[in-house]
Amino acid sequence: MRASFVFSEVVTGLRRNITMTIAMIITTAISLLLLGGGLLVVRMIDNTKELYQDKVQVNIYLTNDVSASDKQCQNDPCKGLRSALESDPAVQTVEFENRDQAYERFKRIFEAQPELVKLARPEALPSSFNVRLKNPDRPEVIVQTYQGRPGVDSIGDQSQFLDRFFSALNGVRNGTFFMAGLMAVAALLLISNTVQLSAFTRRTEVGIMRLVGATRWYTQLPFLLEAVVTGLTGALVATGLLVGLKLAFLDDVLAQPIKSGVVKAVEAGDIAFVAPILFLIATVVSAFTGYVTLRLYVRT
Amino acid sequence: MIRLEQVSKVYKTSTRPALENVSVEVDKGEFVFLIGASGSGKSTFLRLLLREEVPSKGRVYVANFDLTRMARRRVPRLRQSIGCVFQDFRLLANKTVAENVAFALEVIGKPRHTIRKVVPEVLELVGLEGKAGRMPHELSGGEQQRVAIARAFVNRPLMLLADEPTGNLDPDTSQDIMLLLERINRTGTTVLMATHDHSIVDSMRRRVVELDLGRVVRDDARGVYGVGR
Ligand SMILES: Nc1ncnc2c1ncn2[C@@H]1O[C@H](COP(=O)(O)OP(=O)(O)OP(=O)(O)O)[C@@H](O)[C@H]1O
Ligand SMILES: [Mg+2]
Repeated sequence: MRASFVFSEVVTGLRRNITMTIAMIITTAISLLLLGGGLLVVRMIDNTKELYQDKVQVNIYLTNDVSASDKQCQNDPCKGLRSALESDPAVQTVEFENRDQAYERFKRIFEAQPELVKLARPEALPSSFNVRLKNPDRPEVIVQTYQGRPGVDSIGDQSQFLDRFFSALNGVRNGTFFMAGLMAVAALLLISNTVQLSAFTRRTEVGIMRLVGATRWYTQLPFLLEAVVTGLTGALVATGLLVGLKLAFLDDVLAQPIKSGVVKAVEAGDIAFVAPILFLIATVVSAFTGYVTLRLYVRT
Repeated sequence: MIRLEQVSKVYKTSTRPALENVSVEVDKGEFVFLIGASGSGKSTFLRLLLREEVPSKGRVYVANFDLTRMARRRVPRLRQSIGCVFQDFRLLANKTVAENVAFALEVIGKPRHTIRKVVPEVLELVGLEGKAGRMPHELSGGEQQRVAIARAFVNRPLMLLADEPTGNLDPDTSQDIMLLLERINRTGTTVLMATHDHSIVDSMRRRVVELDLGRVVRDDARGVYGVGR
């Protein structure tokens, strides 16, 4: 009884203000979409960090003559550097890569651009030590110790690049969260306005309800549920849009970096993780807005 | 059933009290007319009984409820024991006659099988048995007021408050409505009716409480509307 009555009231209310309902669903959906996008970026940052966690390495490039003369790293200074690195407490593993191996790797990476491969010569590539650190956060230790040693040409620290990369991602995340916040304000105002409008259109009903002794629950629940139903519909639309955008857009744009292991793909699992959050937020926020509006503007 | 003890009511926005030092007692099963010029405080009186307003001074008791000390969450309980009828009927235009009556029970959580049983009963009582499926705009004013009375009475309240229920009706139709209210009164329901209508008051010969500028100026057990008015 209860449920069917409240349900039919909610449906009537939403249909009566159909244009407002649609506007409300759209703004809520966009706001949640942006929020969801931001959350996905957070997930992506985390996943990608994991991807790099055990990969962060410092490359010590050797000078040109060492690269040319000592391909097996059997003489000093190469040999000395290797044993120094191997006994360094900050270092986890050391791998020597001579210029022929470097060239092979280069060819593999740029398979897709044969003209680039054609231009390159093994002689242009240095031998190097690929050093994996025990503590990937502190690559500067290695840089300080080995910079300028004989045979060392330069030291490449991937973490600098990664820092920049992640700060760009963080910027994207903050931007989407900011936009999501703005849209959320618009959505809140719309929800509040619609609840007021709805209460106004139904003032006769509500007046009669009060007169015959309906409790606050009975008079207000339909309005609250209206707000929540629109919120949930917004969340549903937002989730649909996230899935759609992933399939139609994100997968294509990021196909190359994903394939070469630069970033982690946004997976169905990530959206499955974000969607319940969106639904929860939509429910809580719309119910709260509805409740506060009824408290402030609608006499019962 | 109803007791007002030295009740005054001053609305925030006005200086003159709408009711001043009013003490009235109404027993169970009584039929009482509340009369007086426009602005004398009749509607205010009724609103106090419904706890739509709270008195500025004095005490109000209705059916063992002390309205002056009543918590807000208990107000619905009180209103469930009072039926209300107004000059303007206050029917829901998008619901049929039966739905309008059923609405009053639905919103207080009555089970569906009860509603299905009592709605036709009360429609028969008010003489609308053939018109359950009509919309309000397909009814005459008198018939609409009958629907409103059915809605007020369907939950078998202890008392019925009527604020100028015949104000929009012609004399003949008014007479029919009065007969209906008498019938309801005979079931033991206390009826309190605010009215301007001389002929009704004069012909019914019931208790009359007259208000003037918020004061009780007359309380006759078998009164008429008054001489020279
Ligand atoms: N909500 C309100 N706020 C301020 N003043 C009010 C309010 N309601 C009524 N009044 C004032 O209180 C006085 C009594 O009003 P009330 O409606 O009780 O009179 P009434 O006897 O029902 O009149 P009528 O016969 O015209 O319906 C009037 O002076 C009116 O202006
Ligand atoms: Mg009045």
